[in-house]
Amino acid sequence: MSATVDVPAVLKEKFPAATPRPSLDHPAVNLPAADVPAALKFLRDEQGFDFLVDLTAIDWAEGVSPRFTVVYHLLSTVRHDYVRVAMDCPSDETPAVASVTSLWAGANWHEREVYDMFGITFTGHPDLRRILMWDGYPHHPLRKEFPLAGIDTPLPDAEIMAETGARVIAAPMAGGPFVASPGEINLTEAEPRAKDESWNERRAKPDA
Amino acid sequence: MVTTNTEIAYNSKIEGEVIVSRMDSVINWIRTNSMWPMPMGLACCAIELMGTASSRFDIARFGAEVMRFSPRQSDCMIVAGTVTYKMASAVRRIYDQMAEPKWVIAMGACASTGGMYRSYATLQGVDRIVPVDVYISGCPPRPEALLDALMKLQAKVRREPSAANLRRA
Repeated sequence: MSATVDVPAVLKEKFPAATPRPSLDHPAVNLPAADVPAALKFLRDEQGFDFLVDLTAIDWAEGVSPRFTVVYHLLSTVRHDYVRVAMDCPSDETPAVASVTSLWAGANWHEREVYDMFGITFTGHPDLRRILMWDGYPHHPLRKEFPLAGIDTPLPDAEIMAETGARVIAAPMAGGPFVASPGEINLTEAEPRAKDESWNERRAKPDA
Repeated sequence: MVTTNTEIAYNSKIEGEVIVSRMDSVINWIRTNSMWPMPMGLACCAIELMGTASSRFDIARFGAEVMRFSPRQSDCMIVAGTVTYKMASAVRRIYDQMAEPKWVIAMGACASTGGMYRSYATLQGVDRIVPVDVYISGCPPRPEALLDALMKLQAKVRREPSAANLRRA
């Protein structure tokens, strides 16, 4: 039943600014940010894409423009077909796009996650708070400038931090991934651990 | 209360019913054999913790079957699972709410060291926020390992100078 309608062509007809997007699996289109709310509504109401499978984002790197791309994956439960819509965020410093929670209620938590991880704000979102990290966390961990090991930050609770002296520490992979040593009789030795411990939180990063 | 018994001196008639012991031994005997755990189940280790409490492994054999979900009523916090930084404050607060004396078992790789989660979001070992008495290796540990940790903790409690601690408190 799928692929009976060429969705990118239909979109192109309705929204002339749409451009085809290279894709290995499903039909995909790039759309300018101004067209996206109308295009998604068109896909939902007139093309039967009634289910928002995923809403995520891409950070192309610091200094690249456009830096952020928001991606929507839609599924039609009627036609059993997927389509992917990608949209470059107009601003690289303060990316803000329109929320689609009014089209799919399920977009709520996806948009909160994208906001938490990438710092992209969704205008019109009913409750745009962080969903994974705590309120007040100063970074957006999936941005390219955020190091894999993390950044030293205060604990969410100042009282607990004063009581315990603990902080959010950078946790370098220390040459990971962490692997178990199969065949060890001594279970302590067999525990998963990094083979390279040259950099960890007790030993500073060696100069390259 | 009215009683006819006015004897306060040693009565040779009841000699067979008196046990002489040390305060430490008595207190520690009571504490070791009725240790009520606070199940801090945060991830998959909690499944093994449940298995340990169930019939096949039966943690009741060691007097620790009364899992209390109120920190006020528990003696031993079993941190079973990954402690995120977001959760760390809650773990510490629950520990603070437990009445003395209290002990902590760090169950599994995540609770002991952060485990495989070398991440911006995961506390790298629960001993950074609460004092840990026994660490258990494994991902997750077998129920036998948890029982072994409990026995290790009991052996540790038996060595405590409880009477002296009472006087100091």
